[in-house]
Amino acid sequence: MTYIAKPRLHHPTLETNKVGYTRRDYEGKISTLCAGCGHDSISAAIIQACWELDIEPHRVAKLSGIGCSSKTPDYFLGASHGFNTVHGRMPSVLTGANLANRDLLYLGVSGDGDSASIGLGQFAHAMRRGVRMAYIVENNGVYGLTKGQFSATADSGSKSKKGVINSDSPVDLVAMALQLGATYVGRSFSGNKAQLVPLIKGAITHGGAAFIDVISPCVAFNNHPGSTKSYDYVREHNEAVSRIDFITEREEITAVAQPGEVVDVRQHDGSLLRLRSLHADYDATNRYTAMAYMQEHQARGEIVTGLLYVDPLATDLHTALNTSAKPLNELDVPQLCPGAPALDKLNASLR
Amino acid sequence: MKRIEALNDFVIKFANVNGSGSASANELFAKAILRMGVPVSPRNIFPSNIQGLPTWYEVRVSEAGYLGRRGGIDMMVAMNPQTWDADVAELEPGGYLFYDSTRPLPPSKFRPDITVIGMPLTEICNAVYTDPRQRQLFKNIVYVGALSVLLEIEPEVIEKLFGEQYKGKEKLLASNVQALHLGRDFAKEHLDAPLGIRVKRADKVGDQIFVDGNAAAALGCVYGGATVAAWYPITPSSSVAEAFQKYCGKFRVDPATGQHHYAIVQAEDEIASIGMVVGAGWNGARAFTATSGPGVSLMTEFIGLAYFAEIPVTIINVQRGGPSTGMPTRTQQADIIACAYASHGDTKHVLLFPEDPHECFEHAACALDLADRLQTPVFVMTDLDIGMNQRMCRPFAWDDSRSYDRGKVMTAAELEAGKDFGRYKDVDGDGIPWRTLPGTHPTKGSYFTRGTTRDPYARYSERGPDYIYNVERLLKKFATAATLVPQPVLRPASRKTPLGVIYFGSTSPAMQEALDVLPESGIHLDALRLRAFPFPESVKQFIASHERVFIVEQNRDAQMHNLIVNELDIDPGKLTRVLHYDGTPITARFITAAITKHVTLSMMPRGKTAQAQEVQP
Ligand SMILES: Cc1ncc(C[n+]2csc(CCOP(=O)(O)OP(=O)(O)O)c2C)c(N)n1
Ligand code: SF4
Repeated sequence: MTYIAKPRLHHPTLETNKVGYTRRDYEGKISTLCAGCGHDSISAAIIQACWELDIEPHRVAKLSGIGCSSKTPDYFLGASHGFNTVHGRMPSVLTGANLANRDLLYLGVSGDGDSASIGLGQFAHAMRRGVRMAYIVENNGVYGLTKGQFSATADSGSKSKKGVINSDSPVDLVAMALQLGATYVGRSFSGNKAQLVPLIKGAITHGGAAFIDVISPCVAFNNHPGSTKSYDYVREHNEAVSRIDFITEREEITAVAQPGEVVDVRQHDGSLLRLRSLHADYDATNRYTAMAYMQEHQARGEIVTGLLYVDPLATDLHTALNTSAKPLNELDVPQLCPGAPALDKLNASLR
Repeated sequence: MKRIEALNDFVIKFANVNGSGSASANELFAKAILRMGVPVSPRNIFPSNIQGLPTWYEVRVSEAGYLGRRGGIDMMVAMNPQTWDADVAELEPGGYLFYDSTRPLPPSKFRPDITVIGMPLTEICNAVYTDPRQRQLFKNIVYVGALSVLLEIEPEVIEKLFGEQYKGKEKLLASNVQALHLGRDFAKEHLDAPLGIRVKRADKVGDQIFVDGNAAAALGCVYGGATVAAWYPITPSSSVAEAFQKYCGKFRVDPATGQHHYAIVQAEDEIASIGMVVGAGWNGARAFTATSGPGVSLMTEFIGLAYFAEIPVTIINVQRGGPSTGMPTRTQQADIIACAYASHGDTKHVLLFPEDPHECFEHAACALDLADRLQTPVFVMTDLDIGMNQRMCRPFAWDDSRSYDRGKVMTAAELEAGKDFGRYKDVDGDGIPWRTLPGTHPTKGSYFTRGTTRDPYARYSERGPDYIYNVERLLKKFATAATLVPQPVLRPASRKTPLGVIYFGSTSPAMQEALDVLPESGIHLDALRLRAFPFPESVKQFIASHERVFIVEQNRDAQMHNLIVNELDIDPGKLTRVLHYDGTPITARFITAAITKHVTLSMMPRGKTAQAQEVQP
């Protein structure tokens, strides 16, 4: 088997969004992942989010590393360019792509092996550079594609399918992203679409480095008793800090909010993120309380999900570098080449 | 005792301590001679250390215009007690030793066959300056002043250089001029001047410029239209990125908005820097990185991806001594095989070999065009010798009618018009497929880029025939590359000869000198200077039309020789290796001796000596 293309027959009654696309237009090839793999649910959430955001599919560039998770960009947004790079190095390629053309939306998809093991360095530096992108880690605590070895996010004490106990401490990418300066940080669960879709929408429209860690059980190698990344385990230990509604400028805000429970955050593109805190005292715009909150709950064995931190006015690497508004890949000789007279002057200064 | 007598033809070496501020004084010395119309070629010889260790600056003065290292020293300015013995030993018989005589040395520290010139530099400076840093810094200017008397360098030329250097900083200008004259006055009064070696105004520089290869390569990237640069510091390549930054600041800032028409990222390592270049190249921007051997090692996985996924990438490799950290501040041409076949599996990459800063500029700009045209990694293979030393060379030139070759990028209009787009289809028979850039068209032309194999429509495939189609097409593309890269330069001998020599890159000036000298001992050579890999057909023909061909290179394992044998299927028995790899730049003396020795040996009756295939005098 090489690949499976989806038939492109559309039912005439399918609902279209503002840019005239149906949800089917955001799909890709048929997934070759295991039935029930959490990654497929995340692909579905990405499709839903992009459709709801009225994004033209071809204005998205989707980049990934290597792994089951990194294969998924082939299974959504078939009309956009995708790039399966090398293991753990998606962030640098995405950074370069973003520098070349700031007008596209960048979606980085990675696995926990890809981002927390081999690619930990690139993950960290993309966060601290503020590359504008939605960076999604499909975190299953194992290496899926190479068949079940522990990844660096596996909790210490958790058991592999083969019965091996992991003795290393886990890398917590959310904690790292917060510490490294990411300006939008969330965690979710592949099985919680109601939470995941708005979280992805917020990340896509965010003006800086947005990171979402999505716990995504691997049904083949990490969905057994003893795993802390299984469906059952996550359901039992989930502690949601917030449910977020994503509201674009154009729409009337219809959500009914209880006073004191709602935080509206306006992103740089004008869209609003409405956080419905389950805890009245949770402030998603404070990086330091977010860090403390997350770690407190982690110590109690809880997995905090939701939008943990956002800087709604975040800027990105282009702002820092003061690059031209026109994408660099569209500049040509007049903007780029100083020309022969300048060279003659330069020659004269070198004599 | 016979003293060396030479006008506009000598080698002077400054032995200093790293961090003592001698670099700018020594450069000033070289530049003054150049301004007098006499060609110079200086070389920094420095340790991998910031402060305290020995450092040398060697200046060859050659009215004939020989810019290679000559070997041997006619005058030593010995300012470093640490290296005294070795420095004194390096002098040619009849040479001159200049030293700081503040603390007298016993006669055993000198040689009877050299002229010793003592000047109490420390004492002079201590008497005039109170600030310790000034005492140190001006010592360098004071010796330049003394040398200007000893060697008859015009003081007005030096003063003019000061004027340019300290424009707007009148106080600094005045104090430097004062230090210069302090040295001159002492020399006139107390030293026996001029020496047997001297400088006399000539007219041998013309419109040539004086610049280092790294700055030139950076400028080539500016002119060639690079907009994204990602790099990680490593000697001797760092100054490429630093110069790119400087030139972009000068030439690439939109005057109306103040916005930059470039992006430069100092990445966290070489893997990330090449990754960014791959991403930018994939997305249609011209991008490059500059690195050296160890950086290339780290980049190889990505280089393989760029080769197989067919993404334009430009890598400027300023080679240094390897393997591993080897000799990080010494020169070699030892990454040839590593770059030609970088990464795993069957790969082949385009390499360019500039001979001097002029070609560093040209090849950098050309590499960006070639990378786009061929959709593949292109290496510009310079080295520390060209990269970090200022060299006299032809002025940079640019044809304003030149536009950038963006290669085969299918536009939205072409897609709309119904052009069949298959990302990896060989539509034109040259092995080069068409590509589309992300975001081009709402429904047509998108594809998935990956390092795994695929069919001509970029669809994932593990079918053998799809794989074969791909890798065979890549070979065809490589053959096309041979017709597009800079072609070799032939320098025929003045008479018909069965002997040929092949050389490339920074070996060039030493080779040119050797080619002038060898006929004096009856050895005539047709010479071919390679400028790129893949090798054009003319290289094969050149070897075929000679009985014996020398291949001169600066590495231990005859890497260019091996590449030629391997790629052109040449009988290695026809080739003789001339290898120089101690980290210093190859000299004409070395090449001449090696080739002469080989020719003499091979003329001896058979049986007396084995045919020497490798010559290392
Ligand atoms: C340099 C390199 N080393 C190792 C591999 C093999 N490899 C492929 S995928 C993978 C792990 C993927 O794990 P993860 O990122 O967690 O993704 P998952 O498959 O679990 O979704 C590894 C180690 C590789 N492709 N490249
Ligand atoms: S191996 Fe695990 S991660 Fe990979 S597709 Fe199957 S379930 Fe998903």
